[in-house]
Amino acid sequence: MSEKPWISVCELSDLLPDTGVCALVNKQQVAIFRSRRLNEVFAVSNYDPIGEANVLSRGIIGSIGDEVVVASPLYKEHYNLRTGECVEKPEYKISVFPVRLDDGLVQVQA
Amino acid sequence: MKKRIVVVGNGMVGHKFIDNLVNHADADQYQVITFSEEPRLAYDRVQLSKYFSGSTAEDLMLTSTDYYNEKGVQYILSDKVIDLDFDNKEIITASGRREAYDKLILATGSFPFVPPIPGNNGEHCLVYRTIEDLERITASAQQSKIGVVVGGGLLGLEAAAALKAAGLETHVVEFAPRLMAVQLDEGGGKLLRRKIESIGVRVHTQKATNEIVAGTESRYRMNFADGSHLETDMILFSAGIRPQDELARKCGIGLGERGGIVVDNNCQTTVKDVYAIGECALWNNRIYGLVAPGYQMAKVALSHINGGNDQFTGADMSTKLKLLGVDVASVGDAHGNTPGSLSYTYSNDVEEVYKRIIVSADNKKLLGAVLVGDVEAYGTLQSMCVNGMDLPEDPNCLILPNVEGGGAAIGVDALPESACVCSCYDVSKGAICCAVQDGARTMGDIKAITKASTGCGGCSALTKQVMDSELKKLGVEVSNHICEHFPHSRQELADIVRIKQIKTFDELLDTHGHGLGCDICKPAVGSILAGFWNEYVLDKKHIGLQDTNDIFLGNMQKDGTYSIVPRIAGGEITPEKLIVLGEVAKEYKLYTKITGGQRIDLFGAQLHQLPAIWKKLVDAGFETGHAYGKSLRTVKSCVGSTWCRYGVLDSVGMAVILENRYKGVRSPHKMKFAVSGCTRECAEAQSKDFGVIATETGWSLYVCGNGGMRPRHADLFATGLDDVTLIKYIDRVMMFYIRTADRLQRTSVWMENMEGGLDYLKKVVIDDKLGLCAELEEQMNYNISQYQCEWKTTVENEELQKRFKHFINSEAKDENLAYVVEREQIRPATALERKNSTIQFVELVD
Repeated sequence: MSEKPWISVCELSDLLPDTGVCALVNKQQVAIFRSRRLNEVFAVSNYDPIGEANVLSRGIIGSIGDEVVVASPLYKEHYNLRTGECVEKPEYKISVFPVRLDDGLVQVQA
Repeated sequence: MKKRIVVVGNGMVGHKFIDNLVNHADADQYQVITFSEEPRLAYDRVQLSKYFSGSTAEDLMLTSTDYYNEKGVQYILSDKVIDLDFDNKEIITASGRREAYDKLILATGSFPFVPPIPGNNGEHCLVYRTIEDLERITASAQQSKIGVVVGGGLLGLEAAAALKAAGLETHVVEFAPRLMAVQLDEGGGKLLRRKIESIGVRVHTQKATNEIVAGTESRYRMNFADGSHLETDMILFSAGIRPQDELARKCGIGLGERGGIVVDNNCQTTVKDVYAIGECALWNNRIYGLVAPGYQMAKVALSHINGGNDQFTGADMSTKLKLLGVDVASVGDAHGNTPGSLSYTYSNDVEEVYKRIIVSADNKKLLGAVLVGDVEAYGTLQSMCVNGMDLPEDPNCLILPNVEGGGAAIGVDALPESACVCSCYDVSKGAICCAVQDGARTMGDIKAITKASTGCGGCSALTKQVMDSELKKLGVEVSNHICEHFPHSRQELADIVRIKQIKTFDELLDTHGHGLGCDICKPAVGSILAGFWNEYVLDKKHIGLQDTNDIFLGNMQKDGTYSIVPRIAGGEITPEKLIVLGEVAKEYKLYTKITGGQRIDLFGAQLHQLPAIWKKLVDAGFETGHAYGKSLRTVKSCVGSTWCRYGVLDSVGMAVILENRYKGVRSPHKMKFAVSGCTRECAEAQSKDFGVIATETGWSLYVCGNGGMRPRHADLFATGLDDVTLIKYIDRVMMFYIRTADRLQRTSVWMENMEGGLDYLKKVVIDDKLGLCAELEEQMNYNISQYQCEWKTTVENEELQKRFKHFINSEAKDENLAYVVEREQIRPATALERKNSTIQFVELVD
């Protein structure tokens, strides 16, 4: 299986620390977050499967124990940014996408 | 066939009996019929004085015709029962109506005693008992300058407060050598007098009135037995009550020597199947003129009818109340009439506090107490007395100041399970413990489940001690930590932020927390920072803290679009601005609706449209309405004295001032205000966090009300305020709320969980008990000086607008959005409609 190409979506400076943005990558809505404390970038699906709307990039990120999560802005369920699992309702899971920084650019495989 | 129960009299006790009956498990076996000679159903006579501080007859109602209809209670108003036919078991009314009964309840109450003084029947000689009396007093006060209350007892002083509130020069004339002679001892009476005189009520003790004649300067002149006299325009008699036993007397039911319907321990009269309860009943040669014993009798009579075995065996006459602003309490044998009893007294003329406890000859049991000026110990003392608990080793600790709570000294564990903690609602210690075992964790929970401390509130400290002790026993560690990232409560975090002048979340997390934070602590800290420093919420430092709505300065709707709510202060808007709103809504195809807070919501704006829409609104002179923030929402108003025929003060003007003053102030939860221009209360201010009602003597301020899911009537905080004092009090209460409330705690719940409740808040805000007032005001002024319209700031700065697009890397729209037309406006398509290919969706505006 050939690996999907890395697509540049924005500059790191477009990502305000501890907030998210949404990028359109191959017709998919990807929510991208930057944690200042972890100095790390995360990419997951922007679609909230419980609220049924494209809103996750507008949620608050944080931690539950050692896990890094985003809280849906609609009904506040938490999704694990590394695994995509919903903390409160494990039957729901969102896609997680590979993401990297390349010379100040945020790149996603989706 | 259903048993017919006839209740004669629909006062507080008669209603209580009915209410207990219709909510009883066997309620469907009974048909209830009640008669009242008054034109309305039961109302709260205990709170009558509130009528003079803005409450209406409606507010005082204890029930409603709707409720009686729903419960199948038949009620007949303005028709007096004048005869009883025991042979046929029927009652006969003044209008000739006959109703059969199986059981008859006499709850005819009492009437005010008017001393037989020549001239006592003048047009402006009145009594204080019913709502009709209050209406007469109000009318008379409008034609009077001076008013005299005859009687310095509990009710007399309440009546005096009413005259004072009506703006009259007020006098109290008492036959005994001191005020409240029944409840207070000499020391207590003396201090009460001093305090009452200091607020301008003139007290005349040891005065017997010989006659009332025409006055020379005023309407009447009262000539006293000692040769002195007093001129006055009106006279209120409040010299005690007499049982209303006229009907019983006429029909030959057994009465006491000095009146009152004789009842036994089952509240049965001398006639079979006839009961008497409340102030008309004489038990053990005694009339009980308080409502709590009346309620007890109501319970006993119902129990007997149902075959139960509750008994009335006398009642505790302890009372705690506030008269003319003075706290007064009396417990048990307040006069030390018990042979051999001893006493301890604490008297402080500087702080105007008097406390005395009466103990048994062996110094082991508490027999009674008198408290004036500081009644905090009431709950403990009353409970100790009623339950016959042992005194602590050093009884001094019960009355000396600065001794860690009297309650702690005796320890609630010493209370038996059956001990009555809340006498208003008859809640035992056991009931509170049960509630805790069933999951109650806060005072709010306890109040909701058991009703404890929701009456007079005198037992709130004791209730909390019982709850805490039970929680401890259950091993429940009551953590008030806001979340796993901070080992602190919101209040503690607020103190840390304020005292250490912390300006960012990161600084706080570094110094006092751990982990990354979360959607609980981030918005809470964001709110605290904004509450004290009020910086732009979308500043880079703060943006990551903002919750769903704050982060894009709009309320997110179910499909991820936003609503737009400009501020319309006081609900006042010009035609020009109204047209702008209409034009913007039309241009962007926004769904338009009037809100409950007297403004206009525009729904369905996409993220990228927000700056352009707001630019138009800002240019037209609109500001953000903070509908998205945990902050002041709106100040609702009625049209007030400028237009309304009944308006007393300019409610719209005050609403605009208040809304502009507090707009943008971030708080633990949203805050709603309302201002009514008269006591008709069209703005519904008593259901708001801050409610303001105009009266003849100035503004009345109500605090901590709530509508919504758990309605709470606001508490009357202060009356007769001028504009400056009103704003000062609101500043202080609001900043105290910002400092001390829990996360997402509305003012109503904040109040319910506050130890000491309303009285404590008054002490902090009005009496400056904590010496905080200047600081609270300064903090509020600073906060207000930092106000900015967040949307104005945003539309004036292109850099800040960059975030307002759905995709960082594309101009495309969110294709998930779909709208259909309903009632000529858009609404989001349902899931079913989305799947239906034949449905025409509304074309979106770019």
